[in-house]
Amino acid sequence: MNNKQKTEVLDMAAGNGLINRRHMLSLGMTSFATVVASESLVAQSPSIPVWSKSPGPGASEYGAPSRFTGDIKRLAYPANPIAPGTGASRTPLHLLQGTITPNSLHFERHHSGVPDIDPAEHRLIIHGMVRQPLVFSYEDLLAYPQTSRTYFLECSGNSGESTGANAGDRSAAALHGLVSCAQWTGVMLSTLLDEAGIASGATWVAATGADAASLGRSIPLNKALNDVFIALYQNGEPIRPEQGYPMRMFVPGWEGNVSVKWLTQIKLTDGPTNFKDATSRYTELLADGKALQFTFPMGVKSLITSPSGQMSLQRQGLHEVTGLAWSGHGAIRRVEVSADGGATWADAHLDENPTDLALVRFRIPWQWDGGPAVLQSRATDTAGIVQPTREAVLALYSPANRYHFNGIQSWAVSTQGEVLNVYA
Amino acid sequence: MFMLKLIIHRVYALILSGGILVACAATPADDAGHISLGQPISEADLQGWDLIVEPNGSGLPTGSGTAEQGQRVYAQQCAACHGQQGEGIPGVPTLVGGSTTSTPPNLTVGSYWPYASTVFDYVRRAMPPTAPKSLSNDEVYQLVAYLLNLNGIVAEDFVLDKNSFSEVQMPNRDGFIDRSQVQ
Repeated sequence: MNNKQKTEVLDMAAGNGLINRRHMLSLGMTSFATVVASESLVAQSPSIPVWSKSPGPGASEYGAPSRFTGDIKRLAYPANPIAPGTGASRTPLHLLQGTITPNSLHFERHHSGVPDIDPAEHRLIIHGMVRQPLVFSYEDLLAYPQTSRTYFLECSGNSGESTGANAGDRSAAALHGLVSCAQWTGVMLSTLLDEAGIASGATWVAATGADAASLGRSIPLNKALNDVFIALYQNGEPIRPEQGYPMRMFVPGWEGNVSVKWLTQIKLTDGPTNFKDATSRYTELLADGKALQFTFPMGVKSLITSPSGQMSLQRQGLHEVTGLAWSGHGAIRRVEVSADGGATWADAHLDENPTDLALVRFRIPWQWDGGPAVLQSRATDTAGIVQPTREAVLALYSPANRYHFNGIQSWAVSTQGEVLNVYA
Repeated sequence: MFMLKLIIHRVYALILSGGILVACAATPADDAGHISLGQPISEADLQGWDLIVEPNGSGLPTGSGTAEQGQRVYAQQCAACHGQQGEGIPGVPTLVGGSTTSTPPNLTVGSYWPYASTVFDYVRRAMPPTAPKSLSNDEVYQLVAYLLNLNGIVAEDFVLDKNSFSEVQMPNRDGFIDRSQVQ
């Protein structure tokens, strides 16, 4: 069976080989296997492997990944020697599946390193425009009712390189790895504010961390009372030091910098504090020299994680195109995929039921015929906002702006199967 | 199956009542259902710990400084990274001059930062990066006065303190569009 015959039996969902997933699944695994096996060598008779012939080591106190997956690491660049502890590491999105980021691979962004905090000495102080300023210990917060929610966290500088003039030869992690997703557990901030008593006239909440930078951000009080919480656990275990141990403020859907790590201070005020990271940084410069300030929610966004930049397709035939989508305005309602640079689009399958402010995994089968292709994905959220093209995002800002880029990512597939970051 | 459920239910109830007992021992729960584990503290006790300075100058400490004094502190604490006159070096921000409309834009304290309070707040809490919070309040006032003077915002002999702070007019004060209520 050659490629042409194969495409005739499959229900094409869009141009250049995108296949209706439900139709393909309805054909059953036999049909899928036939298509793949037609281009594979016949397998040799297996022998029983050595690990099936002697017992392995027993249980351990704290697990570790297989030694064969040691290359699944965060992409960490060397720190700036002038400013110790500043910098970031990126989640290897293209090497992971599902939507939950393992704690050891959650992206990091630090402004003065990771403090080594003894929880017994850590304090969270709530003060400012409150009836009674209060001091909470870590133990205190553990005794409060806990709430668990699965949320993405994205740095507003994520994908900033895609605003550059030339498309660099980069992986999905290098370009977009400042987004992760975890189940966070903690105490609703509203519970603690209620106990301190909100004074009339309070409209904003300033938060600072106990790191060497004492990083501060402020958010409107109405958001703080809505869904903000003090995160104590990350995917079931105490949050990692690089995520703010023993506690961080978690602000769902909003730019990551406001989810202040190593949280030690909550101060109610009658206006924004205008910290350095709400003025000098994390503001979006416009072409006329003005700038947008307090752009908090992360825009609707998606990207294909496989195939993606610096990967290579090893064979023609069926491949699963898969990726991640999210929105700071709600849940993901739809993800479309194109294999011909946006000329035609097909709806991808969404894993599970998309929930608000969390990553969603999308998938669609793709029959690669060995020809050139440009793979793209385009998300739509429950607010009805459609992910814009790269050009549409760039048109909003000064060419120097690197924040809040959510344009469509294009991956070109060459006739050799090499996958390359391109602007298309 | 029924017995198992019952046992689980009773264990859960025990844990719950245990938690409430601990809470009650500390502070009696009030009518609003507060757990009330937070210990009261006075705002006065937070002075020296609370480093936040608001745009209206709220939170500024006692102390003062001039640009003339700040030049010496800057040479010792800042110049190695930010340059002799705040011109910056690769990887370290420029502090002086600049423009939001040049190609490329150069966003500095003078050309971009909308509030002088941010300079005080940030320098006091985070600078210098190898020894943050090591500067005295007078030294921070001196450094802020110096940076403002290098940007042509205050005179060399301007005495910056919590009272004179409101006289400082940042050039880009109206350069920002507030998106906080457009979510």
